[in-house]
Amino acid sequence: MEEIPNKLRLYGTEASPYVRRVIWALKIKGIEYDFVQEDLSNKSPSLLRYNPINKTVPVLVHAGKAIAESVVILEYIEETWPDPTPLLPEHPYERAMARFWIAYGDQKQHHVFHSFLACSEEGKEKAAKDLMEMLKIVQDEALGDQKFFGGNTLSLVDLCYGWLTSLKYVERVVGVRVLEPTTLPKLHRWMQDFSEEPLVKENLPDLEAKLPELETLRKHLMSTNK
Amino acid sequence: MAEDLKLMRTWSSPYALRVVHALKIKGLEYETVLEDMTKKSASLLEYNPVHKKVPVLLHNGRPVCESLVILEYIDDVWKQPPLLPQDPNEKAMARFWANFGDDKVMPLTWRVFTSEGKDQEEAIGPMMENLKFLEEQLKGKSFFGGEAIGYTDIAFGWMGNLISILEEIIDLKLVDEEKFPLLSVWINKFSDDPVIKECWPPRDKMVEKFKVIRERYLKQAP
Repeated sequence: MEEIPNKLRLYGTEASPYVRRVIWALKIKGIEYDFVQEDLSNKSPSLLRYNPINKTVPVLVHAGKAIAESVVILEYIEETWPDPTPLLPEHPYERAMARFWIAYGDQKQHHVFHSFLACSEEGKEKAAKDLMEMLKIVQDEALGDQKFFGGNTLSLVDLCYGWLTSLKYVERVVGVRVLEPTTLPKLHRWMQDFSEEPLVKENLPDLEAKLPELETLRKHLMSTNK
Repeated sequence: MAEDLKLMRTWSSPYALRVVHALKIKGLEYETVLEDMTKKSASLLEYNPVHKKVPVLLHNGRPVCESLVILEYIDDVWKQPPLLPQDPNEKAMARFWANFGDDKVMPLTWRVFTSEGKDQEEAIGPMMENLKFLEEQLKGKSFFGGEAIGYTDIAFGWMGNLISILEEIIDLKLVDEEKFPLLSVWINKFSDDPVIKECWPPRDKMVEKFKVIRERYLKQAP
């Protein structure tokens, strides 16, 4: 494909939550871009050329220069197109808090979520409890009584916890509920409000079709998790 | 007028050292609060209830946790000299490489250090592959940040003292001068830099500490 200066291109997949957060950022900011759908079992030469180090999505290419790692991409988008919809607070201390919670989610999410998806039938309750505890910290310490993590408007933190809108699919496959109005009321309310935001709602991932794949993945993880 | 700055740290934490280096480069004065991880103070638990770890930077009594978050905070508040590049693309690269260090290089180095025999041999390959990426990043530059020490250099600062300490303990060259000439030069330049040099914890204490850590891991191994 020819390189067009200043053109924005995003390499990604439908299901990746890390890609999804970048899509939301671009949509919310009204930034136009081309989307290149990757098949991670058969990665394109372009993807491997643009991200030789991690060889994965998302990758954002802007004016021929590639940026990888979703949080790095989000910060880049924020700096390059701050107006009219900033997604980070102006005050350094609040920015630090936003970055802290983004880092917390990404550090914990991968491990706890993975354990949840891979848990045995006997270990289901404990895995759900662990995930709930992690989410309770996020709910109580980061969200509190605010509408969004960013206050009255969306911030990068909301986008980075946006994967919670897809948790219901995993709950279905594992067979236990975690994020409920009874268990995590504020976070559950947040998740619904977030999904209703127009530019988020129009751009939620289509995961219903991915359920069989998710079930297969769970079976595989369960068997290797002995 | 002096800022109200306190840094909660341990004598050896490489993550805390990042903050020490950053504060030094910015010429900021602060009070050190030494913590003992085997007996965490009530303050630490109050200021970092989520992770219960060091470093914690207290600015006007408000805590900032997680070393890379702290570096960005310091750079946001005190602009000169800048740690991160001004250009958004270069800034993105600086962040990318710092994350690469924490996600790949550090854990792989740790795996090599805490294993032996076949386990260690298997860990070395991936570690070397990732060091090659770092080596490439240093082409035509004195530091990852260009001509001066910057955010990425500070993020990799742990290599400045730990690599030679770990090499001594396991009697194995991790950053070979022939295979990684630029990285070897960087390690020396960084660790000998006048601003950085005086901050290193005592080497003999570090060797002792990490020897014990390695033995503990080897005992636990199946």
